[in-house]
Amino acid sequence: MDYSQFSAMIPELIVLGIFILVFLFDTFAGETARKADGMLTTVLFGLGTVAIFFTGCMPKECFGGMYVNNHIELVLKCILNLGVFIVLVQSLKWTDTPDMKLRRGEFYELLLATLFGMYLMISARHFLLFVIGLETASLPLAALVAFNKKHNESAEAAAKYIMTAVFSSAVLMMGLSFVYGLSGGSLYYGDVANAVAEGPMSGMLIVALAFVLGGIGFKLSLVPFHLWTADVYQGAPTAVTSYLSVISKGSAAFAFFIIFVQAFGAVYPDAWEWMLYAIIILTITVGNLFAIRQRNMKRFMAFSSVSQAGYIMLGVIAANAIGMTSMLFYILVYIFSNLGAFGVISAIENQTGRLSMDDYRGLHKSNPWLSFAMTLAMFSLAGIPPFAGFFSKILIFTSVTASNSMALYMLVLIALINTIISLYYYLLVVKAMWISPEEPVVSSFRSSGSERFGMWICVAGIIFIGLVSPIYGLISKLVTEDAPQLLAWLG
Amino acid sequence: MDLGILWYLVPSVLMFACGVYGFVTRKNLIAILISLELMLNAADLNFVAFNRYLFPGMMEGMVFTLFAIAIAAAETAIAIAIIINIYRVVGNTDINEVTKMKF
Repeated sequence: MDYSQFSAMIPELIVLGIFILVFLFDTFAGETARKADGMLTTVLFGLGTVAIFFTGCMPKECFGGMYVNNHIELVLKCILNLGVFIVLVQSLKWTDTPDMKLRRGEFYELLLATLFGMYLMISARHFLLFVIGLETASLPLAALVAFNKKHNESAEAAAKYIMTAVFSSAVLMMGLSFVYGLSGGSLYYGDVANAVAEGPMSGMLIVALAFVLGGIGFKLSLVPFHLWTADVYQGAPTAVTSYLSVISKGSAAFAFFIIFVQAFGAVYPDAWEWMLYAIIILTITVGNLFAIRQRNMKRFMAFSSVSQAGYIMLGVIAANAIGMTSMLFYILVYIFSNLGAFGVISAIENQTGRLSMDDYRGLHKSNPWLSFAMTLAMFSLAGIPPFAGFFSKILIFTSVTASNSMALYMLVLIALINTIISLYYYLLVVKAMWISPEEPVVSSFRSSGSERFGMWICVAGIIFIGLVSPIYGLISKLVTEDAPQLLAWLG
Repeated sequence: MDLGILWYLVPSVLMFACGVYGFVTRKNLIAILISLELMLNAADLNFVAFNRYLFPGMMEGMVFTLFAIAIAAAETAIAIAIIINIYRVVGNTDINEVTKMKF
């Protein structure tokens, strides 16, 4: 066996290496030394991210093309790594509580294990590897959701998550079995694409597509499959919620793009464009309308993330190089904005245990900096101009209109109207913090250094990525290099 | 005797439908888990039948099935662990008792 092919898997190997180191350290270190678990993981992970970033640019494949590591995969892995790094930094205070003493290491191990699964999912070019990656990503996540063992809500959320996750993977596998029947005996994306392009448009293909769409839609919480989202986000520990809402969603969105464009690209106008069209409209609208009536901040962020997933899917329905670029850019911006909001939520929760929107009233009097970070995050999520969220939204809308189809123009119009609705509920939080005349519910406190560090990263990202950064151009350049091979099947 | 591929596909789709029905109607978490297993096994059966009848010279469907069985086992292990945790916290595995969070 040729072991040199593993050099294509450097990002995976780095994450796996950190996982093993943390595991060994957590198992064999003494009682007091184990307090350093969190710091160790964070530092190692930060170094690992830098290593991936600098060793990365060498497009390669291994396992006979089942695993591919091109430029765009590497870019996405770096983006996800950045998000995981922020999540790790923000969760340091939570994992320092005495309640977490025995389980601290497990949190980091499980987190790295799911990240490994997501990497596989992103790089897979074969449905078997994709399914393995998907399960490696979602099973440790279920354990993470159940992490507050003594809490009723955490257990309930975990049950809801694992049941819907297994249901969705069963639906996905059923769909893949139909794909296999149509594929001519091979489950490589390329071979499936060949068979789909040559074969007739059959009912079985439609069923297979719908099942695969449903299976991945569950992970992304697109609307007919979104009902688990709010409960799981509310019940899970806040660090896990923030991880679920950005990292898990980002990787699933990318895998969605790759599968539908590479394996089913030939039937884009005949079959899945319209499925996706309906789903995007439903996702954005329903997510927005339900977010309006939420008072619990985590539930509120859950529905906001449902509607944001709809915006991310706009990049898929555009199905061109700009769509890919703006989707990656959207994920990056979404990581900063969402983690900024979750940083504030978890800082306040760690200090006071409060999670209701009413508890944020008058926050600017007691904690002006927290209010400032939260306001920027909300503005960015809503897409108000100088902040990054505006640029990511405008780019993703541009990508959809690039094909000049009337229906897609309508889709952008609906998405725009929904942006205005979303402005209303994001500003509800801002109003509670700055305009409500009541005395503050949360008394003044100083958040820990790690929390402040995480929030400053997010604030810097929100302000600078849209205005002055070369990042969009960089991503665009790399995507253009991969585009001919990526979009070959769209015709 | 030579059975056609439909003799495998129709039962597998029926099995899948039974699984979905059970998932929606059952009130006990363990029963829901059993329904999920039915659905996963239906997909496995489909893979094997397609491989045997359509592509007899290749192995991909069989290999996929082996992996799918392993994955299903892992999923069950985690789900059972979570159900046991729920039993410890709530004292019951009836889903009508596990309704702290609602719209």
